Amino acid sequence: MNNEISSLKPGITMKRRVGSVIATAWFAFLGVIVIFPVFAGLLASFRPGTELIRRGLSINLDVSTMTLGNYIYLFSGNADSVKYFNWFKNSMILTLVSVALTLMICFFVAYGLSMYDFKLKNLLFFLVIATMMVPFEILMLPLYQEMISLKLIDTSAGVILPGLCAASTIFFFRQYLITMPKELLDAGRIDGATEYGICIKIMLPITKPAFAAMAILCAMGAWNNMLWPMLVFRSAEKFTLPIGLNTLLTPYGNNYDVLIAGSMFGIIPIFVIFLMFQSYFIDGMTTGAVKG
Amino acid sequence: MKIKKFLYSQKAAPYVFVLPFIISFLIFWVYPLCSTFAMSFQNIKPTGIEWIGFKNYSKLLADKVFHTAVLNSFQYMLLSLVLLIPFPMLYAVLMDSRLVKAKGLWKALLYLPALTSVVISGTLFRLMFSEYHTGQMNVLMEMFGLATQKWLKVKATGLGALIVLCCWRWTGVNMLYFLSGLKSIDGSLYEAADIDGASSVQKFRFITVPLLKPTTIYVLTISVYAGLAMFLESFMLWAGNASPNNIGLTIVGYLYRRGIEKNQLGYASAVGLVLLVIALVINVIQLALNGTFKKEEK
Repeated sequence: MNNEISSLKPGITMKRRVGSVIATAWFAFLGVIVIFPVFAGLLASFRPGTELIRRGLSINLDVSTMTLGNYIYLFSGNADSVKYFNWFKNSMILTLVSVALTLMICFFVAYGLSMYDFKLKNLLFFLVIATMMVPFEILMLPLYQEMISLKLIDTSAGVILPGLCAASTIFFFRQYLITMPKELLDAGRIDGATEYGICIKIMLPITKPAFAAMAILCAMGAWNNMLWPMLVFRSAEKFTLPIGLNTLLTPYGNNYDVLIAGSMFGIIPIFVIFLMFQSYFIDGMTTGAVKG
Repeated sequence: MKIKKFLYSQKAAPYVFVLPFIISFLIFWVYPLCSTFAMSFQNIKPTGIEWIGFKNYSKLLADKVFHTAVLNSFQYMLLSLVLLIPFPMLYAVLMDSRLVKAKGLWKALLYLPALTSVVISGTLFRLMFSEYHTGQMNVLMEMFGLATQKWLKVKATGLGALIVLCCWRWTGVNMLYFLSGLKSIDGSLYEAADIDGASSVQKFRFITVPLLKPTTIYVLTISVYAGLAMFLESFMLWAGNASPNNIGLTIVGYLYRRGIEKNQLGYASAVGLVLLVIALVINVIQLALNGTFKKEEK
């Protein structure tokens, strides 16, 4: 609102100010609710895990009963600690490899679908969309059988391969690429580059922002992925962080020290990435929505 | 020479680029879909396969536990639609207005739950909804002078806990979807409405809601799918696939129980296909009601 006008109409300014305070307060209230469980978990991670079993989880601000015991135990290098950091390492490697491969492959597929006119183009794009119409949960059982017959069960390849051509990632790259001028391709051709050289040397570099956005979204998905890895991995030394943490959930609660401290520590990598690339996150997840 | 010609061929290039998709599509989509379709007409035993026609499906029709699972999934999906579309839309409109201060902070905070894995968030919520009077939810109940609850042992409060978990995780994400939808609305429409003396409510009703329709359809579609296929949230909230009287059992939970835990692949496949048909039918109805098919012809 223009300052001159608002000073002439003090009633409106006042109303606006009150509205602003109420709206901001409402989001602050939502923010508190959202942070609440994580905060309670963080506080609990400074107390013995057996308390969680006996008392449930609640906000307990009594500093005198807090210790660093769980974290010291987690980093002590004993058997539990080694186990935990092995899961952590497995998750890191699996996330990095699957994100790198998924992005490259989905980029190439999307490039083919958006930069060329060919017979099967519309059919193939329709099929990409069709794969999104079947929830993964329906395919997990036959896929699991297939992995057994392909001897890919209990391997990282078995976890990664079925997800490499992620329809949503292909879709996102395509939406980004169709806005690119096709003259760039012709320019490359005149310079004598091969079709693949044009793709990698000319088009890929200018698609970087899309890569950044998708990398973060894919990394989030891979780091937190649980259902499929839980089915594929059988040996405990190959477990990723979510599956590993899940194995600590015994009714006896003898592992809750590692569980609560490990859970809180496990949020950190993805949280740091989020804070660093917040704007990419938001672009990445919203592009598909605009066109419906 | 042939290789060189191939590298420069504009005819071959698109097929090379989309080849990974074709391979992945055939191996990891068409094949499992066909195989689960075939399995749903079979009784698979270690000794061999027996074709039994529609017996798995007729058994499902009479299976009380399956009915419970379908009912649970539907209730969960409908509640999630009621809570996760209108509210995030309103929040997005508020966030888009000039009223709210420190927008970046609130957006980041509301997105935070989506970063946590289901293992962590499900466990935190299970412990908060603990039946002990020291659990957070019962502490709150006592604070308001209400009776403490055995949250996860009763259907209504168990479903409530699932919905709270769902809203906690997805409100921020859906709000961001609607925010990006709002960006594509032409601001001059609001100016014109202002000149005509439209109230805020009228502007919301006659400009914002209709023009947000593509975003709403998108969010609706993914919410229907996510709601019907929900499994891990329940799996973590009850620390396993077994909940008292199956109050937390979902369709996928039942598929998991039959297929993975009991190794009845044929029967579990039938469960999966019923879920697929339900999801597709709802989606087609929803898209038809919204008139999407007409528009997409362009």
